[in-house]
Amino acid sequence: MTSRLLSALVTLFGVVTLVFFLIHLIPGDPVEYILGDSARPADREALRLQLGLDQPLLQQYGSYLYNLLSLNLGVSLHSSQAVSALLAERFPATLELALAAFVIALLLALPLGVMAARKRGTAWDGGAMTLSLLGVSIPNFWLGPMLILLFSLWLGWTPVSGREGAGSLILPAITLGASLSAVLARMVRSTLLEVLNEDYIRTARAKGLSETSVIWKHALMNAMLPVVTLLGLQLGALLAGAVITETVFSWPGIGSLLIESIQKRDYPVVQGCVLLVAVSYLLINTLTDLSYQLLDPRIRVR
Amino acid sequence: MKQRIALVILLLWVAAALLEPLLRITPNAVHLPAILAAPSPDFWLGNDGLGRPVGGRLIAGARIAFVVAFSTVLISALFGTVIGAVSGYVGGMLDHLVSRVIDIMLAFPGILLAIALAAILGPGIGNLIIAIASVGWVGYARLARSQAMSLRSSEHITAAVALGSGQGRIIFRHLLPLMMAPLLVEASFGLAAVIVAEAGLSFLGLGVQPPQASWGSMIREGAGFLLVAPHLAVFPGIAIMLVVLAANLLGDWMRDRLDVRR
Repeated sequence: MTSRLLSALVTLFGVVTLVFFLIHLIPGDPVEYILGDSARPADREALRLQLGLDQPLLQQYGSYLYNLLSLNLGVSLHSSQAVSALLAERFPATLELALAAFVIALLLALPLGVMAARKRGTAWDGGAMTLSLLGVSIPNFWLGPMLILLFSLWLGWTPVSGREGAGSLILPAITLGASLSAVLARMVRSTLLEVLNEDYIRTARAKGLSETSVIWKHALMNAMLPVVTLLGLQLGALLAGAVITETVFSWPGIGSLLIESIQKRDYPVVQGCVLLVAVSYLLINTLTDLSYQLLDPRIRVR
Repeated sequence: MKQRIALVILLLWVAAALLEPLLRITPNAVHLPAILAAPSPDFWLGNDGLGRPVGGRLIAGARIAFVVAFSTVLISALFGTVIGAVSGYVGGMLDHLVSRVIDIMLAFPGILLAIALAAILGPGIGNLIIAIASVGWVGYARLARSQAMSLRSSEHITAAVALGSGQGRIIFRHLLPLMMAPLLVEASFGLAAVIVAEAGLSFLGLGVQPPQASWGSMIREGAGFLLVAPHLAVFPGIAIMLVVLAANLLGDWMRDRLDVRR
């Protein structure tokens, strides 16, 4: 447990360092990149000072780490708001979207996967797996506009974009959750099929339990471990996938903030967004790792 | 059967992409009377907001998609495999360092890093390839490393060591050929992933720049005309879906045929 946390800390340090060096990857002068060729020399000098680019690289890195510890991520070049305030304002919307996508993915995938496993080899199974293959192959930047076309423009059931009321959450959540639910359904099916061959399932059936109880209580609980691993890894990926989904639906979260800031070349905000998503992703993965031990005590013993 | 269809779809698209210069397609030609026109006998897939032919732009987009996909997969597979194989075989400090770097890269959601890199490097096909490959090599490196570690103690390697082969010779002559099957499977799934990544970055405006056609930027442009001309966004999406579906099916099939466990 301690070694896992320690290795997560080392990785966190690596992620933070990588984000710092992103700005220094820019071929040429970052100031020129941000302001363009037509900027006045005085403005360039001011920005250079503001970003601390006049200092030696190691010193910049040191003050970056120091500022991170005090949650100071710098100031937006565009609105002069603190980056941490901007992130705090936008993060709840992204979290809401990711969690809704997560729930939708589970609600779709569990019944689909269980049905495919129970009716293995039938048309139901084939249909479910074809659906899942489609789900992985449709990119979310296409699924989003298609859902808007169908449900917002033609049927008029949901708003086209924005974040007002529960109705506006549905389409973005489906768009973001679709591929996760497809992968998940496959995994539920395959782990369930493995578990269904175990002796204790035969025992459960032999003692006369109903098939529903055998599947949902005895089999599914034991099939959960790889599923939870996947879920943990995918929840982080949902945060990253939200970048595209939020852009499609003008959802006011971190993802659309990132793309807006890229367009405005507002570098401190870009850095902040990347850092926040990467750190949340790492955090979720570490928590997933630790949650194995709760779900499967055998791992703790080893 | 499924694999045959997948292969045919993929080959047709690759052929269209390769033959694009010969097909006398004018993806950027503006036809003012045909702005937002629905599919017609003259323009089979209709025209976009500037009156450019959607069909021609789809084929031009296929060229971009495959150029980016094949070069990115090639670069990241070569780079990743060599790093992973050397690190896994040699071990020691080098392996420690490489596996740390792999961990850190995997701790980053891939698409996020690609977006950040594409934004920093600026638009253009070359930068797009660099951005996606900088993320993509990690998967191959991890795979090659674990393969090299498990093959290291096999008998034919011991024999090669006993015969006095150098490390380089062992890695390139005795290790890499045995790793080809899983790498091929990985590369086939990689092809699908890169096509989606290219289209995604171009959708966000970070990839191919106008007036050049990319499937991703076509969907972005089409999303503005959903109500009046839905075909603008529908067709490029179907193109992406077909290619990705085909590449995934092919990957599944190769995995089963070559008996690779993922």
